[in-house]
Amino acid sequence: MKCGKCGKPAVINMRQHRLALCQDCFLEWVPVQVQRAIERFGMFQPDERVLVAVSGGKDSLSLWDILLQLGYAAEGMYINLGIRHGGYSDTSQRRVEQFAVQHKAVLHVVDVAESYGLTIPEVARRKRGRSTCGTCGLVKRHIMNAWACEGGYAALATGHNMDDEAAVLFQNALHWATGYLARQAPLLPASHPKLARKVKPLIRLYEREMAAYALIRGIDYVQDECPHARGATTLFYKDLLNQLEERSPGAKQQFYLHFLQAREEGRLLPIEGQEVEMAECTRCGQPTTAPELCAFCRLWDLVPEAED
Amino acid sequence: MKIIYRDKVYEFSGRTTVRDLIKKVGLSPEAVLALRDGKLITDDVIISGDETVKLISVVSGG
Repeated sequence: MKCGKCGKPAVINMRQHRLALCQDCFLEWVPVQVQRAIERFGMFQPDERVLVAVSGGKDSLSLWDILLQLGYAAEGMYINLGIRHGGYSDTSQRRVEQFAVQHKAVLHVVDVAESYGLTIPEVARRKRGRSTCGTCGLVKRHIMNAWACEGGYAALATGHNMDDEAAVLFQNALHWATGYLARQAPLLPASHPKLARKVKPLIRLYEREMAAYALIRGIDYVQDECPHARGATTLFYKDLLNQLEERSPGAKQQFYLHFLQAREEGRLLPIEGQEVEMAECTRCGQPTTAPELCAFCRLWDLVPEAED
Repeated sequence: MKIIYRDKVYEFSGRTTVRDLIKKVGLSPEAVLALRDGKLITDDVIISGDETVKLISVVSGG
């Protein structure tokens, strides 16, 4: 197969775009897609500072790489979750630090155990009824939001790609979780002074393209799955969507982009009246829908002090 | 030819496309990338003889 732009041997075929590209043309094409998403959804401006949530995986490191290439003042933030299994968190942190040094980029690191006394698996173990992944998501969202707000960044950027978004959409649609459907967007505005604007600049790209980009750019990312994510429902939904994509190229893209279009036009859910009342947590001050303490503060409160 | 995926080696004979090989191993062509001699190749490439193709999973999540 030949590159659709220059005729050299192609390294990737993107059937949903009917486009095959060689290494050089692909490396030019990916940042263009990201820039388009940034402009299309008004994510942030060229002169604004952006905080990128980096995990050490292909998507977040590639996102950081692309934003720096595009000339954005993108700083990284790594949260060490304390997942010791196979040295997962420490290995990830080393990869992220290595990347920051190589790219002369600013990196901020928060260690959950150092800051709050317990690792994510320890909190999850002591708090029955809350999964490790659920706990992890809650803690990460809280810390990232606090940093993005206090650091005065224009936006908090995450490496969600189109496969991630399509899998979540599939899950939410299966449950007709209208509240979640209403909030699933490439840009979540800062609807409260203490709530950061959240953006997903990779939403135009398939996961396969992100892996190819990381490989070609020689980004040393963590290929292993988080030990807690094995068998996660999201992986099953991604597999189902890939089976669909195999039979009908572009199915994933159509599913997700048509959802966004319907959502924007208010054909899906009413645009007005989606906002919920928010108060400030009496302890940390972050916005919450709960009457006193936010979910993050309640999480640490309910952890028994003694070892169990 | 040999297909390597997650430390497992699969051996096949004859001449066939990368896409067919991916399916023979039981994977989705949408969920992997194929490398030959460390370079990415498209799945229409024909593999034969003693060539080795490494497959990399692109899916992550949780």
